[in-house]
Amino acid sequence: MTNTKINLPTEQCEACPAFYQLEQMGIKVGDFDRVIALAGNPNTGKSTLFNTLTGLKQHTGNWPGKTVTRAEGGYQFNNVKYKLVDLPGTYSLLSASQDEEVARDFILFGQPDCTIVVTDATALERNLNLAMQVMEITDHVVVAVNLMDEARRKGLEVDARSLSRDLGVPAIPITARTGEGVHTLLATVAEVIEGKVATKPIRVNGTPEFQKAVYELAAMIEQMSPGIPNARWLAIRLLDGDARVQQAITSGELNEIVARQQRADVQFSGKMSVEGRQ
Amino acid sequence: MTTSIQPNDVLAKAEALRNNLSTGFRDEIVKSMYSEAESIAHRAVKTASDKKYDFDQKIDRLVTSPITGLPIMLLLLAALIWLTVEGANIASDAIATVLFTLGDWGRNLFNYMHAPWWVTGFVWDGVYRGLAWVISVMLPPMTIFFPAFTFLEDLGYLPRVAFNLDWLFKKAGAHGKQSLTMAMGFGCNAAGVVATRVIDSPRERLIAILTNNFVPCNGRFPTLIMLATVFVAAGFGGLTSSIIAAATVVGVVLIGVGFTFVMSWILSRTVLKGEASAFTLELPPYRRPNVGRILYTSIIDRTIFVLWRAMQTAAPAGAIIWILANVPVGASNLAAVIAGWLNPFGVLLGLDGVILLSYIIAIPANEIVVPTMMMMYMGAGMMVDGPSTNEAIRSLLIGGHGWTILTAINLMLFALLHNPCGTTIITIYKETKSLKWATLSVVITLGTAFLVTFLTATIARLLGWA
Repeated sequence: MTNTKINLPTEQCEACPAFYQLEQMGIKVGDFDRVIALAGNPNTGKSTLFNTLTGLKQHTGNWPGKTVTRAEGGYQFNNVKYKLVDLPGTYSLLSASQDEEVARDFILFGQPDCTIVVTDATALERNLNLAMQVMEITDHVVVAVNLMDEARRKGLEVDARSLSRDLGVPAIPITARTGEGVHTLLATVAEVIEGKVATKPIRVNGTPEFQKAVYELAAMIEQMSPGIPNARWLAIRLLDGDARVQQAITSGELNEIVARQQRADVQFSGKMSVEGRQ
Repeated sequence: MTTSIQPNDVLAKAEALRNNLSTGFRDEIVKSMYSEAESIAHRAVKTASDKKYDFDQKIDRLVTSPITGLPIMLLLLAALIWLTVEGANIASDAIATVLFTLGDWGRNLFNYMHAPWWVTGFVWDGVYRGLAWVISVMLPPMTIFFPAFTFLEDLGYLPRVAFNLDWLFKKAGAHGKQSLTMAMGFGCNAAGVVATRVIDSPRERLIAILTNNFVPCNGRFPTLIMLATVFVAAGFGGLTSSIIAAATVVGVVLIGVGFTFVMSWILSRTVLKGEASAFTLELPPYRRPNVGRILYTSIIDRTIFVLWRAMQTAAPAGAIIWILANVPVGASNLAAVIAGWLNPFGVLLGLDGVILLSYIIAIPANEIVVPTMMMMYMGAGMMVDGPSTNEAIRSLLIGGHGWTILTAINLMLFALLHNPCGTTIITIYKETKSLKWATLSVVITLGTAFLVTFLTATIARLLGWA
């Protein structure tokens, strides 16, 4: 079986009853059941996918760094309401420019039910680095291999099955611009959240002594702040000497961010004020 | 009872554990992550040919070459503005005629119903005329300029612009990505200020914020285009006229970009000292722009947004002007008196009192300054009523009010350099969380505007040009 099975042409999708399972909800996401984050490198089409799903018209442009704030919208799929959060594009989760911090804080502390890492099919190698960094933080990841139309024009063939197998999370080829593959993506996201599809992200664990150190430190962090998500990741960052994370821990900002993100999740404001307009 | 664990305990533990680990352990992990990503990608992707990629690269070699890159960029900008000038000329007359005819009908209707003179005046000569001026001056250029700008943005040309200018910013001691936020400023300065979030160094980010206003935004372009068309290029006929108008606007834009560099250079050597940091800029592939989205973005997000904002300021501004012009002071009226007070200062800058008063009234959205000015000349009884074409505006201003080519040029310079609009100032405050930097952004721009117009006026007078 090849990936052609999921590359359903859009026209066929529209004839299929399943097409109407998706309902764009715009910014009316007062009550929602799930939170989905959209992460990825700059200029891979996150905002385009966001617009396709929510029916919103978040400004998109062909240059890296178009989205610097967090945009939120909603969609309904198979009677489940999802809140979708479009994050600024980043190359890594390590550096600390403001747009990267927005993305990192949300994946870390916003506790999305699933994170879709949008990747550029024509530059997969570089894009997978971020995907792997996200997979260090959370198990619930689906990789969307976007820009399949562009890849085909360039004569590239992407084997999604091989990718899924190697990454340990589902990889779905899509073209956000035309909607190709988007339904499969949403169905997969739902299955990952419900646990119908088990994910086992590939992780680079390092030496046994490093693993032991991470384990010890993570346990201590959990003891310090019970209920904190991603203690393992924080431990790795601390061992790495990440100044930003150190500061977040000493200043108590960490607990604050957790609380703030939880508040923000409860009462979502769909503000599209001046700052959102570009 | 167990003692709770404090943050410092965690940090100390991390420190201790780290010292036990072999040096470079994390580099090893990152390295293996990269090689893992490489082999996964290698297994999943099959390459058949590189045809399209080659074509992209050929174009890129041309548009980002040190020799041809900048000229191509200037030509594109000039072509874009020329298209706008040519197209706007046609639409502008038609729209103005329709709107002012509607205004006459409205006034007649009110007279027919025997409404008090001040109601008719306030509604039709104040509020309505403010709106009509703003729409007829700003709408035509926008409907051509915005879709074209959005087209270039969707195509992927903006990062190439950034690439071409990046070395200049580095020389000025600023971040190369400032070229990207500057390009965004051509769309909207407030958006450009928000876009500076892509710059990680706080020092360089502040420079980018403080200088963003030196490039004219979509709101100010119509003003510049209108001034260039009506005043600078008017002496020439037909095609020559529109080419000269476009060249003038390109010149003004270049002056703005020049000030961006100069001010960045000054800032990075005074209040914001430091070295320029390195960065990588990704040139995305060219993508076929989506017509539907271009239309949506340029019409809803840009045209309607900019026009609506302008109208919200224009309606009250029209009302204020009408009131000022109808409060009698002796034989004159309040507007004329205030303009008279401001006049000496205005003349010093090569402008006049009416222009300065218009700027003050239009502070919330100062891209509407030209319409405000027109109303002021008329409302204060300084201009005969009802010109609807560019020709009439020009002959009245130059004929009746001592406008010279210096007034037109200085007005363009002032429109280019003056303080950011209300929205941008608020955005700067929000982004920097500092009243000091927000204030400084106003001081720097307004100071530059005063200084430059004062210098051009003085030099022009000394040389006997004006």
